[in-house]
Amino acid sequence: MSRAIVSIQNVSKLFGSITAVDDVSLDIAEGEFFALLGPSGCGKTTLLRMLAGFEIPSSGRIMIDGQEMEGIDPNRRPVNMVFQSYAVFPHMSVTDNVGYGLKVTGVPRAEIDKRVKEALALVKLDGYERRMPGQLSGGQRQRVALARALIKRPKVLLLDEPLSALDAKLREAMQLELVRLKNAVGITFIIVTHDQDEALSMANRIAVMDRGRVVQVASPAELYEFPNSRFVADFIGKINLLEARVAGMENGRLLADAVGIGRVAVPFSGAAKSEIGLAVRPEKVKLDRSEPAVGRLKIRGRVREIAYYGDESHVFIEDGAGLTITANVPNDARTTQGPVAVGDEVWVSWAPADTLVLTE
Amino acid sequence: MQDWRKNKLFFAILMAPSAFWLVVFFTIPLAIVWVYSFGGRGPEGQTLIGFSFENYRRAVEWIHLGIIWKSIVIASITTAACLLLGFPLALAIAFAPSRLKNVLLLLVILPFWTNLLIRTYSWIAVLRERGFLNFGLEWLWDRADLLFTFVGMPDLFGEFQPLRLLYNLPAVVIALIHVHLPFMVLPLYATLEKLDRSYLEASLDLGASQWRTLSSVTVPLAMPGIATGVLLTFILSLGSFLAPDLLGGTEGLMIGNLIAHQFGPSRDWAFGSALSFLIMYATFIVLWIRSTVASRSQTGLGI
Repeated sequence: MSRAIVSIQNVSKLFGSITAVDDVSLDIAEGEFFALLGPSGCGKTTLLRMLAGFEIPSSGRIMIDGQEMEGIDPNRRPVNMVFQSYAVFPHMSVTDNVGYGLKVTGVPRAEIDKRVKEALALVKLDGYERRMPGQLSGGQRQRVALARALIKRPKVLLLDEPLSALDAKLREAMQLELVRLKNAVGITFIIVTHDQDEALSMANRIAVMDRGRVVQVASPAELYEFPNSRFVADFIGKINLLEARVAGMENGRLLADAVGIGRVAVPFSGAAKSEIGLAVRPEKVKLDRSEPAVGRLKIRGRVREIAYYGDESHVFIEDGAGLTITANVPNDARTTQGPVAVGDEVWVSWAPADTLVLTE
Repeated sequence: MQDWRKNKLFFAILMAPSAFWLVVFFTIPLAIVWVYSFGGRGPEGQTLIGFSFENYRRAVEWIHLGIIWKSIVIASITTAACLLLGFPLALAIAFAPSRLKNVLLLLVILPFWTNLLIRTYSWIAVLRERGFLNFGLEWLWDRADLLFTFVGMPDLFGEFQPLRLLYNLPAVVIALIHVHLPFMVLPLYATLEKLDRSYLEASLDLGASQWRTLSSVTVPLAMPGIATGVLLTFILSLGSFLAPDLLGGTEGLMIGNLIAHQFGPSRDWAFGSALSFLIMYATFIVLWIRSTVASRSQTGLGI
């Protein structure tokens, strides 16, 4: 990992008696596409606003590009921000909006013109120079906000929920667009989002936050396949969770008695308390008419409901004891008849290695 | 389901009382005044209905034009001062903690709870030769005199001469600013309050100073409120009667006093009506310019 461009050290932020950010430490490397992910109210936006200088940490310190940020006003920080509402000035044309950051710092007219042209080309808004924001679509306004921030050549670009105001189709296109932009300009991007798909598809590293704390920092695949807590497992993607009681260890395998399955053995290293959660992702669950092979974790149940999504179906299976397991079945054959129907008796099973052991 | 807006009868019933009030007590009297403005004055001061532009011709005679011009100057100075004082005030209230906001707003409208006549009279107590302001100045003067006597320079200042603060133009302007400031602050506050803070943050984030943000972002985005406040203050102060009457002396005479004089001592209602309608026409023109500018403005800000 190259050097840290942003270093957050034991930062807390209190609003009155409410702790918005609770002792967060993070190092973000130069050139990363870093995501702060969490439910609303988890403190991710407050953390981002502290980087921009709009909030002052109650304790701890923030270093950007090796420089202590305490006492440095927002207009003197080597970062720029894309606001959730875009905050494109409604009384200025696209050109004036994009050139604003250069104009107020006294950059000569000729250079402003040149760099505005480049910035607009970068976000593919050539030809819109004279338009007013009122004449632009939401996606175009966002491009103006991006160009306006990038023209300043910041060390770090901060993005606060940049895609939340766009419709689903445009959001997916902008996700790819942001990654392309990030690679084109080569600077560090820090994005705040509550949308796990956004974080997983764009970022190369994600910090999951909950109630002011950073719960896990990892790559998207690591977060998804190896979540360190029930919160992360549940927040990122979907899980089937079984409560279990630990019975002991045997050759690097954890023995546990799980509700609905009985005694299971799953690969595990580390320390486990007596009560754990065993989880499996719905797409790793298999459905069979006959009893699956020995060694797999299995439950017998009845199909209660099927939600059809076109590319896949989510099958909800209920066992006799009221436990519901979700299985995502790909619709990989061209037929209107799914592999199972509501009311069918089926076996649900998954490999021991696909089992998440959640101790926290 | 029927759109409730389409129920015309419902709206007619709702609007009837206010429509009745406006027509009977506003539109009809105004129409009468308008008709009078083309009439004339009978030998005993009665109003004769007729049709001539004589009253308007008299209104633009030099002696009257001078008073109209002075009224415009006084109203302009008042408006400018209200804007300069009111904008920072409105900004401070809009950015104050929400608990404080209502208290501050209450303080702004508190003067309305006192009768206009009393508020205007109170300025006499402040500004007259033996008023509070001159007392205060005299006190300071004596202390300074004492101090200089103490360091060996007696009678440097001489006797205190009270300032003549009353019965002149500045007295009128001071009182008008006092009376009209809330009419400037309230629309400014309404605009600044709903101004999206992220515009200001974006400006700072892009490297602009606080002053630059104020001039390049806050003020332009507050234009609708500024326009409303300026219009309101200007129109109201242009037609002022009480402040120039009580504080202006002969120097501070305004068009309102001229009109009052026609309806009072001069008993020339026709001429008074024409003068009144000159202000009305001016108001209409200003409002028409504003709406034309608003519809042409591409920013959609409704300036």
